[in-house]
Amino acid sequence: MAKAHRNLVRGYAEQLRLFGTPWTRFGLLAMLLVFLVLPTVVQDDFWLSVLIYVGITAVGAIGLNLLTGYCGQISLGHAFFIGAGAYVTARVGGDLGLPLPLWLLAAAAVGAALGGLIGPFTLRLRGHYLAIVTLGLIFIGEHLWRNLTGLTGGNSGTSVTAGATIGPVDFGALTIAGESYSRNQGYFWLVWGLVGIVALLAKNLVRTRPGRALQAIRDRDQAAEVIGVRAGRYKIGAFMISSAIAAMAGALFGSYQQFVSPDEWNLLLSIQYIAIVIVGGLGTIFGSVLGAIFVGALPALIDRYSDAIPGVRTSVGGEGFISVFALNQAIFGLLIVLFLVLEPLGLAGIWLRVKNYFKAWPFSY
Amino acid sequence: MITFLQNCFAGLALGSTYALVALGFVVIYKSTGVINFAQGGLLALGAYLGYTFAENLAMAFALAVVLCCASAALVGAGFERLVLRRMVGQPPFAVIMITIGLLFVLEPLITAIWGFRNKQVPNPWNIRTVEVGGLVFGVRDLWTIGLTAAVVLAFFLFFRYSSLGLAMRATAFDPEAALAQGISARKVYAVSWAIAAALAALAGITMAAGPGGLSPSIGFIALAAFPAMILGGLDSPAGAVLGGLIIGLAEALTRGYQQHLAGWAGDNVSVIVPYLLMIVILLIRPYGLLGTKEVRRL
Repeated sequence: MAKAHRNLVRGYAEQLRLFGTPWTRFGLLAMLLVFLVLPTVVQDDFWLSVLIYVGITAVGAIGLNLLTGYCGQISLGHAFFIGAGAYVTARVGGDLGLPLPLWLLAAAAVGAALGGLIGPFTLRLRGHYLAIVTLGLIFIGEHLWRNLTGLTGGNSGTSVTAGATIGPVDFGALTIAGESYSRNQGYFWLVWGLVGIVALLAKNLVRTRPGRALQAIRDRDQAAEVIGVRAGRYKIGAFMISSAIAAMAGALFGSYQQFVSPDEWNLLLSIQYIAIVIVGGLGTIFGSVLGAIFVGALPALIDRYSDAIPGVRTSVGGEGFISVFALNQAIFGLLIVLFLVLEPLGLAGIWLRVKNYFKAWPFSY
Repeated sequence: MITFLQNCFAGLALGSTYALVALGFVVIYKSTGVINFAQGGLLALGAYLGYTFAENLAMAFALAVVLCCASAALVGAGFERLVLRRMVGQPPFAVIMITIGLLFVLEPLITAIWGFRNKQVPNPWNIRTVEVGGLVFGVRDLWTIGLTAAVVLAFFLFFRYSSLGLAMRATAFDPEAALAQGISARKVYAVSWAIAAALAALAGITMAAGPGGLSPSIGFIALAAFPAMILGGLDSPAGAVLGGLIIGLAEALTRGYQQHLAGWAGDNVSVIVPYLLMIVILLIRPYGLLGTKEVRRL
């Protein structure tokens, strides 16, 4: 009997395989190689820091995509959970001096608990109502961050001294076989390693029974309930997981930046994450990472090359009609509108179409 | 007692602005099922256009108000025509995000055109006040309340008695049945966006003509009008007005008394009171005070 074609799927189990075809295995190997080698090739601190921020953003975006892309719950409050994670790290990792795995878990636990508090609302409210409640979360959070001075340092912010050590390995000052690496290089490996772990966990989550339940709820929650999915339980669960991952992203953010202030957890941050999820592709884990690379790097790049972009004002009283901040905001807005109108599946959708074209090669049309 | 009444008056003036904005949300939601997050942008746009008409072009204030409402209405209808029309039938998430995207494009555009500096909008009432039995009323605030009351009344009469209002109610109730009766859903959608934008512009210009003047953050008030709309119920115009007044009163009273009664809560609690109030109400009545309860048939 002839061997089946490499692209032929002959059963449900094969459809669900994580790394089914040789090409995906090859792609994965290539990505792993890039991950290992990149920091030794690109040693420029600016580019490494951009990549680190992109990685942190990718972690948070995977969390939001689980909630919004897979479970269909709208949340404008993602920035609130990210902020909470950063402050937990400042206290647990910095003041108590606990190592990385512990402060990361502590942030995730607090994030999950806070996400669980939203639970009662997700049970009773849907769609528009939920969007506005989570919008309120941003403002209430901002009030808390500014007034709980013991925890957050108030308006002037707080420094985060949480170290990035796992056992004997310190990612802040990495030494492998006599070779020492800079803090940025170490953080690159740490952050993108975590991106890989979180992506793998998320990918596995959505393949399993709970993951399919989430998607059933997204598509039509009443029908899901009729066929026996406990919609309420899964909605709360999705919120908890999403906010736990968001808090982990916040923890990494605080630990890398070493200083956080309440101005950072605003509506713009939430919208940035939503833009990432939409641009990358709703309901795809790979898309969240793609979107984070595409959208997450934008602010830093605009800031860096603002001199070269015509019409952008680099200083308060300078020339030009639009500030860097305003340009960022406008670009997020435009990206959201354009992608939703023209390419609702996002970058992942484009990727899928290209892939499908070559799958049927040479009979593609 | 005097301070209490004074605070209540301030709350009513603030609440009527909220009511105008919330009414705009409800008009769009009722006819198209979309919550328009760009309302704040339209509000700011209206206020700045009003400033241009009244200050740069030196028009009479009343004329400037009419013109800025009309031009904001055009922009609102333009949004509907260019972007929202393509989104008919898409999930609510996508549509909400589209309007947020529009807001995020509109805001930088406004600061790019008019700059960040504070502006004073010339208005016929200036800072005159009337005193009645020890109470001091700002003439401008009285006008805001009066204007709101007039607009709300006109709004309800329009919906009740005009054929276009009837068409809008029919479309909101059942778009397909309305289409089958020869009602142009496109016209209805465009008109509701235009009305909402005009209401926002009116709220914007009345706010900008106040003592605070006009600054890019003026659109922020629309975010505080969300709780007003949710509180009243998404699809109830009367609820929007009621919610606006309740939120306005709560905010003004908190500003007046919180420092003495609950200083531990920190500064500026009044800013988040609308959201706290909204959350408490939603836990008791998920569809607001006057909103239609969603029926879930199984």
